[in-house]
Amino acid sequence: MGTHNHTMAQAPISRRETLTGWLFTSPALILLGLFLLYPIIYSLTMSFQVGKGMNLSFGGFANVYRLTQDPVFLHALTNTFTLLVIQVPIMISLALLLAVTLNDTKLWGRSYFRTALFLPCVTSLVAYSVLFKSMFAIDGVVNSFLQTLHVISSPIPWLADPFWAKIVIILAITWRWTGYNMIFFLAALQNIDPSIYEAARIDGIPAWARFAKITLPALKPVVLFTTVTSTIGTLQLFDEVNNITVGGPADATLTLSLYIYNLSFKFMPSFGYAATVSYVIVVLVVILSFLQFLVARDRRST
Amino acid sequence: MKLQILKRGWVYVVLSVAAFISVFPFIWMLIGSTNTSAEILKGKTSLGEALTNNFTHLVEQVDLAMLFYNSAKIAVIATALTLVISSLAGYGFEIFKTKMSERVFALLLAMLSIPFAAIMIPLFISMAQLHLINTHAAVIIPTVASIFIIFYFRQATKSFPSELRDAARVDGLKEWQIFWHIYVPVMRSTYAAATIIIFMANWNNYLWPLIVLQTNETKTLTLQVASLLTAYTPDFGVVMVATTLATLPTLIIFFTLQKQFVQGLLGSVK
Repeated sequence: MGTHNHTMAQAPISRRETLTGWLFTSPALILLGLFLLYPIIYSLTMSFQVGKGMNLSFGGFANVYRLTQDPVFLHALTNTFTLLVIQVPIMISLALLLAVTLNDTKLWGRSYFRTALFLPCVTSLVAYSVLFKSMFAIDGVVNSFLQTLHVISSPIPWLADPFWAKIVIILAITWRWTGYNMIFFLAALQNIDPSIYEAARIDGIPAWARFAKITLPALKPVVLFTTVTSTIGTLQLFDEVNNITVGGPADATLTLSLYIYNLSFKFMPSFGYAATVSYVIVVLVVILSFLQFLVARDRRST
Repeated sequence: MKLQILKRGWVYVVLSVAAFISVFPFIWMLIGSTNTSAEILKGKTSLGEALTNNFTHLVEQVDLAMLFYNSAKIAVIATALTLVISSLAGYGFEIFKTKMSERVFALLLAMLSIPFAAIMIPLFISMAQLHLINTHAAVIIPTVASIFIIFYFRQATKSFPSELRDAARVDGLKEWQIFWHIYVPVMRSTYAAATIIIFMANWNNYLWPLIVLQTNETKTLTLQVASLLTAYTPDFGVVMVATTLATLPTLIIFFTLQKQFVQGLLGSVK
């Protein structure tokens, strides 16, 4: 059915139909032009402007120079990167592991486990920030649980210590998004023909090799998709750090998005410089997505 | 055989631990609503007696009905507009393909990765120039043409049978009539899934509303929860009740429409 539709739709269409097509897409295109494309360009020009509030004048590369001299920016950049490099691989591996485990049709209570693991996605980022902030209080439930298990002897100052605050943020994001990513892996796993596994089993190929030679290659596009979207998401991290730690302690969880927000709406507005910082995120997104595509393509060809 | 059972055992241990960690914060939220702030911060995991007290304090501090109304109003209007505008575009891009429209579509996909932080300042300035700061229109308008949802509808349109379109044309229906009287009813499950995704995203939205809604009268429930939480000394009992109330609608939607919700998420990548 799909191929039939495809050939029909790909036949050259008349000028009248071309016009009709644009009429269908124009409301969205006009809105996207005004509220996406225009702001993208506006913010690029703004990144070359200096000044306070709306009194902006052309400053050339002054903002780019300021970036290199700004310890707070460098801090936010390092923090964002640290969170990204640690959190995304952990979450993707965890999502993959859980999906493979759940893909066993003979597993008892499979749909209950799936529902439970997927549940965190329904919470708003603000709502789960409330929960994490209260659970990780110094005398809170996490510390008392760990103490009961004798994992730790004295309470960990989760939100008061720069190192542990980062850990809380990583745990929080992983809690919220692992189930979400798992759903994509599960769907891809269900598309693999079970007879391939059956044949491999008959040939005496061990489980780990079946995983490496059949499962992983089939999941490569999904790994790419989830890694790219998670990378973009973590680069934009804002809600959690603004609500759980407010970027603290001592800027330990200050992210680029939070710094842009602070520069624009908290302190005396410095829109030009904030726009420059925002373009750092754009450049990072482009470079990282490109790298991830390259890695994926490389592995595919070998 | 014994090894098999042992392996199975590990699977259940891993899944049970993961499921417990996933679900515990929800239980924590419900239990927390019944405890005082001090009890919550001490990690009390049993039901308390502070629920009515917390609720009374919340209602004294905020206009709950207004917050619900604001959140619902924004989410409902934004969802309806997004469905119309983005499904029209998704349909248009798939059915009336030209070289030019394919190029425009590729540009849209490239813009999908532009972080919101990169556009929020110009967007804020534009909204200020249009005198829309502190109006719900400022929250709604920039979200209704969603590239993600356009892409979602375009993917779904690939399965819309072309025979239906051909038959309708033979019957003399105009293009917009085909869309409205045939496409929309045939694709209702696609619309249902999209509705859930869009509604939840709007109900939970935080950063953009935080920037453009600065008065108490225009605040959403999500914004109010955040400002209760980031107060100098937050009353966690009160915050927990507010959080439960803000999460309840999305939980109800999730449990009644779980299948469509998952379908909606997957629709965009299939």
